[in-house]
Amino acid sequence: MLPGVVPFGMTAGIAAVEAGLEPALGLAMSVIIFAGASQLVVAQLIGEGALPLIVVLTALLINLRMVMYSASLAPHLGHLPLRWTAPLSYLLTDQAYAISITRFTYGRTHGPKQFFYIGAAFPIWAVWLIATAFGVWLGAAIPASWQVGFALPLVFLVLLVPVLRDRPSIIAALVGGGVAILAHEAPYHLGLTIGGLSGVASGVIAEMALKRRGENR
Amino acid sequence: MSESTAWLVIAVIGAGTFAFRFSGIRFFGARSMPEPLLRALRYVPAAVIAAIVAPAIVHGGPDPGFDTDNVRLFAGLIAAAVAWTSRSVLLILAAGMGSLWLIEWAL
Repeated sequence: MLPGVVPFGMTAGIAAVEAGLEPALGLAMSVIIFAGASQLVVAQLIGEGALPLIVVLTALLINLRMVMYSASLAPHLGHLPLRWTAPLSYLLTDQAYAISITRFTYGRTHGPKQFFYIGAAFPIWAVWLIATAFGVWLGAAIPASWQVGFALPLVFLVLLVPVLRDRPSIIAALVGGGVAILAHEAPYHLGLTIGGLSGVASGVIAEMALKRRGENR
Repeated sequence: MSESTAWLVIAVIGAGTFAFRFSGIRFFGARSMPEPLLRALRYVPAAVIAAIVAPAIVHGGPDPGFDTDNVRLFAGLIAAAVAWTSRSVLLILAAGMGSLWLIEWAL
């Protein structure tokens, strides 16, 4: 898992510098937001001069999935006191969630579950910070003709394939991507949001339609 | 965007993201979450990630649109094919950036 975090974090650092952000701001994003996908999009939107409100809404839409992860971890970690749950929540990422929930659901953990979770989540945090710092430093040195901005969709492709688990999620992705392409000239850089929401709606509709077809058979 | 606005934007996103991460663990277990919300949340990753990737490939480069001059379309397809079979970030970055540079150099 960690080898994947390094290029992803570097891309986030490079993107921040490419967008014209101060190096300190690029690093601060990794500490304060600590969610790669949204950091990349925030950098891109700020670079394009989007309105602050749109940047915030888009980033929060991207990070909405954390609610789902958090709720799904609740049966395993929710009984802990606040001094545990607050830092555990801060460290929640796609990768930490995937590792922990697989182990909690199908495997056995030796000792308290929060220790297993931290063992997965903390190294990701540390590597993420170092990788973004390196990316921020590197971003200033790379010439524009290399088109390193293209690394952004490439990194997201890696995240996309594993979430295409069934037909409704494939439909959600096709509609989300298609609508976002059509809406890329939408005002206020709302294309991503419009695409994302259409995709979610299509996924839900497809799931209900498939279920109904199954019941009729 | 001024630097102070950028700091504020990042602080608000950070606070909101923490609230998302914290809400489930603290306030509801998976069982008590409303079913329609859970169902919709399941499709957020697929829909949102696709909505980031697709326009960045089609409209992100110096020659945007569905055009044979748009090198990113071809490099993106090659990278997608690699991503379908491998989950290695390094491999996909190498395939995508490599084919982009190679096609640009060849033309």
